[in-house]
This record gives sequence, C-alpha cells and structure tokens, in this order.
Amino acid sequence: MSDTPLLKIEGLTKAYPGVVANDDVSFQIMPGEVHSLLGENGAGKSTLVKMIYGLVRPDSGSMSFKGAPFTPSEPRAARASGVAMVFQHFSLFEALNVAENIALGMENPPKQAALAARIREVSEAYGLPLDPDRLVGDLSAGERQRVEIIRCLLQDPKLLIMDEPTSVLTPQEVEILFHTLRKLSEEGTAILYISHKLEEIRAICDEATILRLGKVVGTCTPRETSAAEMAELMVGKSLAKPGRSDVTHGEVVLKVSGLSVEPASPFGTPLRHIGIELRKGEVLGIGGVAGNGQDELLAALSGEATTAPGSVTLEGEKIGALGPNERRARGLLCAPEERLGHAAAPDMSLTENALLTARGRKGLARSGFINWGKTRSYAEEIIRDFDVRTPGPENAARSLSGGNLQKFVTGREVLQGPTVLVVNQPTWGVDASAAADIRQALLNLAQEGAGVIVISQDLDELLEVSDNFAALNEGRLSNVRATSGLTMETIGLMLGGAHDMHEADKEALHAGA
Amino acid sequence: MLVLEKRPQPSKGWIAATPVLAVVLTMIAGGLMFAALGKNPVEAIRIIFWDPLFNAQFASYARPQLLVKAAPLILIAIGLALGFRAGIWNIGAEGQYIMGALAGAAFGLYFYPTENPLVFPGMIIAGAAGGWAWAMIPAILKTRFRTNEILVSLLLVYVAEKLLASAATGWLRNPDGRGFPGSRNLSQIEAMNNPELIANTGMHWGVVAAFIAVIMAYILLNRHILGYQIKLAGQAPRAARFAGVRPTRLIVLCLGTSGALAGLAGVFEVTGPAGQISIDFNVGYGFTAIIVAFLGRLHPVGILLAGLLMALTYIGGELAQLMLTIPAPAIQAFQGMLLFFLLAVDVLSNYRIRLKREGLA
Repeated sequence: MSDTPLLKIEGLTKAYPGVVANDDVSFQIMPGEVHSLLGENGAGKSTLVKMIYGLVRPDSGSMSFKGAPFTPSEPRAARASGVAMVFQHFSLFEALNVAENIALGMENPPKQAALAARIREVSEAYGLPLDPDRLVGDLSAGERQRVEIIRCLLQDPKLLIMDEPTSVLTPQEVEILFHTLRKLSEEGTAILYISHKLEEIRAICDEATILRLGKVVGTCTPRETSAAEMAELMVGKSLAKPGRSDVTHGEVVLKVSGLSVEPASPFGTPLRHIGIELRKGEVLGIGGVAGNGQDELLAALSGEATTAPGSVTLEGEKIGALGPNERRARGLLCAPEERLGHAAAPDMSLTENALLTARGRKGLARSGFINWGKTRSYAEEIIRDFDVRTPGPENAARSLSGGNLQKFVTGREVLQGPTVLVVNQPTWGVDASAAADIRQALLNLAQEGAGVIVISQDLDELLEVSDNFAALNEGRLSNVRATSGLTMETIGLMLGGAHDMHEADKEALHAGA
Repeated sequence: MLVLEKRPQPSKGWIAATPVLAVVLTMIAGGLMFAALGKNPVEAIRIIFWDPLFNAQFASYARPQLLVKAAPLILIAIGLALGFRAGIWNIGAEGQYIMGALAGAAFGLYFYPTENPLVFPGMIIAGAAGGWAWAMIPAILKTRFRTNEILVSLLLVYVAEKLLASAATGWLRNPDGRGFPGSRNLSQIEAMNNPELIANTGMHWGVVAAFIAVIMAYILLNRHILGYQIKLAGQAPRAARFAGVRPTRLIVLCLGTSGALAGLAGVFEVTGPAGQISIDFNVGYGFTAIIVAFLGRLHPVGILLAGLLMALTYIGGELAQLMLTIPAPAIQAFQGMLLFFLLAVDVLSNYRIRLKREGLA
C-alpha cells in the first residue's frame, strides 16, 4: 500500500447556518479499499459524501483524486473522474423498464438492445441477477438497488459510494451484495461504504473513519474492533442495552384472523389471510423487506383501512369495521412509519400534533371544543418524559430532527396507556441513543402489561426487543416463532417467503410463548 | 446569486407583513400601469384608496357603499376559506350566489302579495338552501364519482347564469313590468325588503350576517375540533385520515357551508342593494371572493379586512373611471395585481432569501 491514494481528503470544512456539518475532516482511500464512514444521524456523513460527489462545495480544504487536485463542481464532473454513487433513496421510474431507467441516467445511451446486452453481461459478471426488460414497478427493493448499482458499474467507476445500502435488503440479499462488493474491490475499485450497522461494517470494510458532530473522532480497522467499541466511538458514550426484568404473557388481547385487504394504490401490496394472536405483555416483531405490506398492515390495524368486523378482535370485541378514533377509544393505538405527513402534520405545532391522536383518551376536547391549555400540557409532558429536544411545544413538527420527532410520536401514543400499541419502523433514521430510548419505552410498556407489535425492517432491532417473530412477505404473514434461538438463516428464509409454513397448525402459533 | 432557503417553520412576522407588502407593490405596479396609460399615477392611486373615504365630495355616497360591497365578498370568502383550508376548491361560488338569490326571491314571490313578517326570514332560509343545494352537486359528484370539484363547480356557474336569464325573462318576470325583463322589485315590498338598518351606513342584514360569519369561522378554526380537522386535511391528508377524519364528510361539509353562505349573500343582495332579480344583478362577487379569501390569508379577520379593501378598490375604481377616464379593464387588472403580488410574496413566509457569493457551475 505504498502507492498514491485514490482519494485523499484534507481539512474539508462545510458550514451551514447554525451548524458546522464538517469540521476539518481528513482521510484517504487506497485503490481497492473498502472504507467505511461511520457516524450517527447528523454526524456529517451525507455532507461529506455530497462534497465528494460534487453536490456540495466545501468552504475550505482540498481533495485529490489519483494524485491530481479534485474539485468536482457537479455530479457529472465527479462521474467523469470515476466517482459513482448509489443513493439510499432510489431515483427510478416505476413505469419504465430496467434498461430504460438506466439509459435515462447516461450521457450518451447506446441503443436499447445493445444496452440490454451490456446490462446482462455486467449483472452476470458481478452476480447481480437482473432482467433488463422488466418494469421497475414490479421489482423488489433489493432488485431496484441492483438497477442503481449496475447503472454505476456501467460507468466503470474507480470509487463507488454506497449510502446505507443494506437498509432495504434481506440477509440473503446482503450476502449477494457483499459478494459483489468484494469482487469489485479485488478488481481495484475502491468503495466508500456508509452505514450504521456495525456488524456489516466488520464483515466487509478494511478501514473505517468515525465522525461525530462533523469531526473525525477516530479511525479503526473494523475486523479488529468490536461493535461495542465502535458504537462508543460513534456516540461518545457507552450505551445501555434496552431490556426488561421479566417476561410474562397474559391472555390474548388482540386477535387478527383471515385478514385480507386489497391495496388502495396500484403499486400497493394486498394483504392475504393475516393471522396474529397477541398476548398481554408480549412484544411481537414483524420483519420484512420494505413494500411487503407493512403500511397496509398498519392501516388495517389503525382503522385507516376497515375490513369485516370479525377480522380484528380487541379483548373479545370485533373492531374490524371501526375507524381510527373508535379503535383508539378501545385502547388500540398505532404509530405509523412516515413521521412527517402521516404520524404528524409537518407545519403544525407540537401542541396541535399532540391533539392528533390523543383527543379522546386524554380528554383534550369537550363537545367538540378544544382545550388548548390541556393539550399544551400534554405536549409538554411528552417532551419532558421522552426527552424531545425542542425549544417548546409551539414549534412546528418539521423543525424537529427525525429522531426527536420519532420520540415525540412514540411518546404521544405510549403516554396514552394503550392496551395494544402497533409501531411501524420505530427507529428508522433515528440515532443510536434515541433508538435505545424508544426501544426501552416499548419494552416498559409491555412490562406494564400492554401488547406491543413492532413492525420493522431492522432485524437487529427485532431480535433485541421482541419475544416472538413473524415475517411479512408479499402481504402474507409467516408462522410466528419464538425469537430466542432464531438464526439469521432461518429469518432470511422466513423473509424470503416460506409460504409452506403458512397453513401450519394454528395451535403451534404460540408454542414458544 | 439569490437562493431560497426553507425556514424551519413559517415566519409569523412575514405572514402578517406580506398582505401589506402586496398592497404596496400593487400600488407601485398599478401606478406604473396608469402612467403608461397617460394618467397621473399618484392621483389615480389617491382616487382609488383615499377619496372614497375622505374626500368630502364623494365620501357621503361612497362610505355606505363600502359595507354594501364588502358584505357579500366577506360572507362568500369566509365559506370558501373553510374549503380552501381543507384543500377543497369551490370555484363556483358565483353560481351558488345566483341560485341563492333565485331560491330566495322565488320563495318570497310565491306568497305575493303578502304582509306576513315570516316571509323575509323564509326567503333567507330558502336562499341559503338554494346555494347549499347547488354546491351539493359538485360535492356528491366528487364523493361518489371522484370528479374534480374545481371543474364541476365552475361550470355550474354558467348553468346558474342560464337559469337566472330564464327567471328574469320568464318564470319570475314582473307581470306588471310591461314586458321588461326582471322580477318585481323586492326592496319595495315591505315583507321582502332587506332595508338599510342604520341610515347612511350601508348596514343591512347581509352585513350583520357577514360579521356573524367572521366570528363563527374564527371560533370554528381556533377552538373547535372541526376547524382543526379542516386544517389537518388541507396540510397533511394522510395524517388527517390517521386522526380519524372522514374525507367524504369534510367535502360535503365544506362545500355545503360555502354554498349556503354564498346563497345567503345572494338573497341579501336581491332583497336589498340590487332590489330585484335581473339578468345581470350578479357582478362577480363569487369570483372576487376567491381573491378576498386569499388576500385575507384564509383567516377570518384577514378576510374581513381584505373584503373591506377589495370593496374600496371597487368603489375607488369606479371613481377613477369617472374622474380620470381610466378604462374598466385597467381597474380589473389592478385588482388582479393584488392577488398576483400576494401569492408572489407569500414565498417569504416559508422561505428566506439569501445572497450566495458563488453560483453553482
């Protein structure tokens, strides 16, 4: 490793009004190296990567690429130099096929037939199976990511940047991706890998640079460092692992049987014969890759989508045909995945957002007239009890960071004392310490005797909090298994759709409980 | 290079300041337009904004006109604002206004001749019902068949105008009117008259109704759960469904309310200032009220002020046509500028403008 680094960054600084996103950041990447950027949300990873990709200009500092000064003024210039990037959020058109989507991102796209042949060639060479003629709307999240990766590989990049690439993948798909990345690395392509999943970084990365509050706080060789050590470097303090003292399950409190729902939109997922039995004190984790019916399941439980009365039963009462507020009144509360626009109204204040779901249970309105004083105190209670960082309840929801808003939304439901709480992606995009707080709150709720359903794509989270586990695949729910003793391989098979287990003996559902 | 930067939350100061800024910008741009027409811009602006209120020669006539013209604008705009807040776009208030007037007048004239004091209240209720029923057409089509309420409500204005013409020349025509189009003069029939309540103020029952509407709307939007749901549905429809708001109910409610208020404005107009159903008694209040609603930031108190301001530009505009022979389209363009500038400077309440030293290549 004595030759010149592929990318060398020295003293990069970028300030935004009120915050220094990157402060004197330096590191380097050798050809063929898999380098990880580690840090919590808001640590400055995105800004740094955007500067390398030409989306943001640094205030000061310098970059060199293959020994020559590197100042990309726009992504096109960065791509021309050999830098490619796979974003966390895909920019694909669902109504076009794979080859058409890839052609759209190219400067001089070849003819469709030639391009399709190239796509097949590259996808086989790197072990990323992909049919160029399929519509993107029909692809899974993992396959969509392959489209983005192949789009990059066609440019023959020297440096490939990947932003949180595994958040939408099953364990098996992660293996395929890692296989591809290792092959690229052997061929001399450097990879800048952004993630906060420490075990993955230990599995694939050669070097890691750790950022905290915009500064480089350390570097390490992930293979030789434990996940706990890296987490401490990232957060700056040691984290308590969420847990609870004893696990006892009471009688069945929520029963879902034969729940089938047609999707509201053409690209939605229909739910098919979902069956769930949730007991008091139980935390049921529902895993699954994005777009397999998570939103639809939450809507069917929250009452946004109504069904036959008998398909959802709460404490013996048939509630399938009731709307959201009637279900809340009976103790079934939900916190959807999308914080801004679904769980909370972005432009409304936190006080107004407290009213959104707590009106009935907290008695915040009498004969239709809102008691703003009481609503405000409830918002303050949530802010205090859940350590929401905000100047006060009069601030708009959109002014809060993702983690703080998630704490507010979770707190709003938890403090209403639900009989059953359903959360979807409770810690998505939330920094590690806030995530730990939220998980602890869910466990405390179960400890007090509530039934909790956690729908999540983060398997580590599910294994940490849930007693029982089921997987959602193409709108079908797998058999429920006790979490203890589950291997990643079993989970992967469940996520991939082991439908044969579906008709299994219903009595076995809670065998592990 | 100028860049727009989104504020973390809307600026309260700018929300209040933008209407004032818009009025000032309208005066400047309007002044330039009047100058280009060869008129003295300062004099034109003074005639439009100052003379109707304070010029000894005109004020005695113009001041009462202010309330007369502002009342229907405010009444209609309050109803529209509720829908606009919820993202329900009733563009056909003009049609509901006409239908309210027709229903009210038809109800009264059915009993003619009469001295029954209950006829006038009955006409008011009939007027509100007429406007409500006309607004129910887009509401039902939208909730049942997902039609676009903007198109349906707008096109129904032209249907209402045809009905108005047939009423004025046919089924409501004054039998003693020697064949002239137009109904009996309601303002001259004791039991059907909407009189000036206090002499030389322009105050009639419609003005009273407008003030009540402002107060009720204020309470609804700030204190009542329904107003909260209206705002929620407009800002975050998905969050509204999560909060248990039923979109269908809200559509029916908002369109119904705005239709009923427009109908009320219509019946107060034909029984008072207009006096009778004639082919062209409607002067576009239903459309101008859209401008008033936005100029008033969809806020009840704002609408009250915007309605008065808009009425002033009407009266002042007429005066300017008379005194300076400024053509009528120029006055309409002037009023249009007001909405144009308001929407343009509106961006300042959600964004701040920053000067960036280097541009992106």
